Amino acid sequence: MNRTRPITGELLALKNEIEGYAIEYGLDFFPQIFEVCDYDTINILAAQGGFPSRYPHWRFGMDYDQLSKGYAYGLQKIYEMVINTDPCYAYLLQANNWVDQKLVMAHVYGHNDFFKNNAWFSGTNRKMMDVMANHGTKIRRYMERYGQDAVETFVDRVLSLENLLDVNELFETPELRRRRRDSDDKIKEGDEGEFLVDDRSQALKAFMRTKSRAEKKDKVKEEDVAHHDSPEKPLVRPTRDILGFLMEHAPCEEWQSDIIACLREEAYYFLPQRITKIMNEGWASYWHSKIMTERALTSAEIIEFADKHAGVMQMGRQNINPYKVGIELYRDIEYRWNTGRFGKEYNDCTDMKEKAAWDRNVGLGKAKIFELRKSHNDISFIDEFLTPDFCERQQLFTHKFNPRTGRNEIDTRDFNAIKQKLLMQLTNFGQPVIQVEDGNYKNRRELLLRHNHQGVDLDVNYAHETLKNLYGIWRRPVNLATAYEEKEVVFHFDGKEMKALH
Amino acid sequence: MDHPIKRDHARFRKIIKGKIRDNLRRYVSQGQQIIPKGTDKFTVPMPSIDIPRFKFGDKQQGGTGQGQGEAGDPVQGQPDPNGQPGQGEAGEGEGQKELDVELSLEELARILGEELALPNIEPKGKKSLHSTTDKYTNIGTSGPDSLRHLRRTYKQALKRQISSDSYDPNNPTVVPIRRDFRYKSSQPKVEMQNAAVVIYMMDVSGSMGDEQKEIVRTESFWINLWLKSQYKDIEIRYIIHDATAKEVDEQTFFRTRESGGTLISSAFNLCKTIIDADYPPSEWNIYPFHFSDGDNWSADDTKLCLDLLDNHILPASNQFCYGQVESRYGSGQFLKDLTARYGQGHDKITLSKIKNKEGILDSIKEFLGKGK
Repeated sequence: MNRTRPITGELLALKNEIEGYAIEYGLDFFPQIFEVCDYDTINILAAQGGFPSRYPHWRFGMDYDQLSKGYAYGLQKIYEMVINTDPCYAYLLQANNWVDQKLVMAHVYGHNDFFKNNAWFSGTNRKMMDVMANHGTKIRRYMERYGQDAVETFVDRVLSLENLLDVNELFETPELRRRRRDSDDKIKEGDEGEFLVDDRSQALKAFMRTKSRAEKKDKVKEEDVAHHDSPEKPLVRPTRDILGFLMEHAPCEEWQSDIIACLREEAYYFLPQRITKIMNEGWASYWHSKIMTERALTSAEIIEFADKHAGVMQMGRQNINPYKVGIELYRDIEYRWNTGRFGKEYNDCTDMKEKAAWDRNVGLGKAKIFELRKSHNDISFIDEFLTPDFCERQQLFTHKFNPRTGRNEIDTRDFNAIKQKLLMQLTNFGQPVIQVEDGNYKNRRELLLRHNHQGVDLDVNYAHETLKNLYGIWRRPVNLATAYEEKEVVFHFDGKEMKALH
Repeated sequence: MDHPIKRDHARFRKIIKGKIRDNLRRYVSQGQQIIPKGTDKFTVPMPSIDIPRFKFGDKQQGGTGQGQGEAGDPVQGQPDPNGQPGQGEAGEGEGQKELDVELSLEELARILGEELALPNIEPKGKKSLHSTTDKYTNIGTSGPDSLRHLRRTYKQALKRQISSDSYDPNNPTVVPIRRDFRYKSSQPKVEMQNAAVVIYMMDVSGSMGDEQKEIVRTESFWINLWLKSQYKDIEIRYIIHDATAKEVDEQTFFRTRESGGTLISSAFNLCKTIIDADYPPSEWNIYPFHFSDGDNWSADDTKLCLDLLDNHILPASNQFCYGQVESRYGSGQFLKDLTARYGQGHDKITLSKIKNKEGILDSIKEFLGKGK
């Protein structure tokens, strides 16, 4: 049963019209496929991260539950889903009205252009739909073979570590890996490395690795817990790619390493979207606004559009709205580069009057935003283009919890403070920086993770539960070095109890 | 076929039901958390189940926002608007969400039953009362076209064609003829009817405070839930008493507060009258519950109570339950008197002492644990 169907008739004509405008403006995108579906289907797709087929997991069911309720109670509505594939698939809600469909299509072309051109996406697998479906098939098969509970428990454990990724992995190439391995080899003799140096998929590699391990295991008759490096061989360099580390070094069954590989691949697939939220949504909003107001709208549709657009652009007091900050930044940059308000001459100008009227009429705006959407991510975008003027115009502020009043309060509107806070929130896509430091801690096969503390403590309850899950994979005691309430501490879990060692 | 996500959804429901069962004691002792929704649905709020991750604690973190206001102004406003178009990755929702879990009466009762290991009730009056309904469980050779069973008809035709050798695998056309036709047909089914009445009696004299009433309310909620899951048809009557008794509706039952003395026999008398008037014991499963703090006016009245119990209420009931809610002012004498008379092991009378909210669940188990 097909839950989605290709657009036809009027919608198809609309697509061709909008696509024409997108080309006219110079957007460069993958072939675009629109399908329509009902609200239930779009809820399913959204719960599954945009993909029609995923591995079985209750979390998707939970998200589906909430989306369905949100829709039923009229609290929220998803207008569209777009996924980073080639061709680029986007799903439209059948019940959208005409203006919505127009807006959404224009918006989608913005995302599509961004997916195709932004460098952080360059390594993503554009055939991810098939990959996701394959992961589903594999994990389903493991469930049939090893039992749903066993597999689900393991998946839960791996998902618990899903956010421990290394952004630099996005630019890993076989060539880089080979070079690094060559230098590593001087220290460490790797006997499993040969599989790593080609561009076969992660899952395949993991599979091959475990195969070869299984064979070795038969030969050597290792003891019950088989850690695959002998203790004498130290971990060469600390890594933040914790799933990658576990995939290679944890004492896993074949199917377990395979599951780690599958989930790791999916996590890295979604990572570029997590580090370009402001840029990506800003870019798509910039283009839907431009295409709609300059081309696609009829005068009868203006109010409807303005209403919808304003809803999307609503400022958030708790968190910045990436759509709003994104679109305004692009517009600001375009304006600055059109008028020449950049560079030494402008910055050094001390005459306020002259500065306010500054217009060198250089017209570089469009070229600038097209150029920067290629190379930046949210951090560098904010770091390079946020200005005091912009912060003031956008009414940005920082807030913090006031223990005296028990509420969140506006802290300051100081430019440097805002910028610093924003950058901190965006660092490592908002996740704590944690790395594996030692796979043979205390020479006892214990695992040592280190949290690079940057002023904000970890949530201790969550950290404890996560350590338990990590123990379930590592099967030897696990340690997390961090700071809590301004004291250095190592949380230690040995399978029975959690200890905080100072 | 359903989308596979329905299975994920079912799995999720199973997990949260397990969580509710694990935390049932907390839900019960905190009374109000379970919100009835319509007649046989309940909403149970629970913290969202989450996959644990290394993440930042909330308070130190602070953040950035947009909008008007001076330093020191509260940030509280609308939370982030949801459902914006262009959500590229809705699966990535962040922040703590509350889950409102919807459970049907049966599901909630099953959780209670499993947690307390409650036996199912063998209703009486089963044999005397039954109704007949027609159920389409049979297949017949005649009937109206609207009831034609296509699959069975097809099967029959296929059978016939194969056995008569008129079936050609290369041209697998199956044409049913008149005598192949099969119809869904009905069969009378005897359904057992059983009905129950719960009669709640409560002492509303001055010594029963709000906390005590809250305990009774919570307790009656769960008792009703369980009995409703066990009986097709259930009626609930409420009696309040101080020195005199009167029948009231549910609202009044939990709200009234009188200051008079206490004559328990007045309630028992009214209970007897209600049973005699409306509920012949041969047809009804009768559950009188009495809650008080144990004070009675006089030993004479207690004697009258025991008489009423022995001669009227006990013979008519499946089970008589007395719950004594501890209060600062109550003497708790009535429970002692009942215990002296019937002992703890009496077949038809269940006595329970409820110290505080934590004791509710155990008391429910005492009441319902006999399976009567």
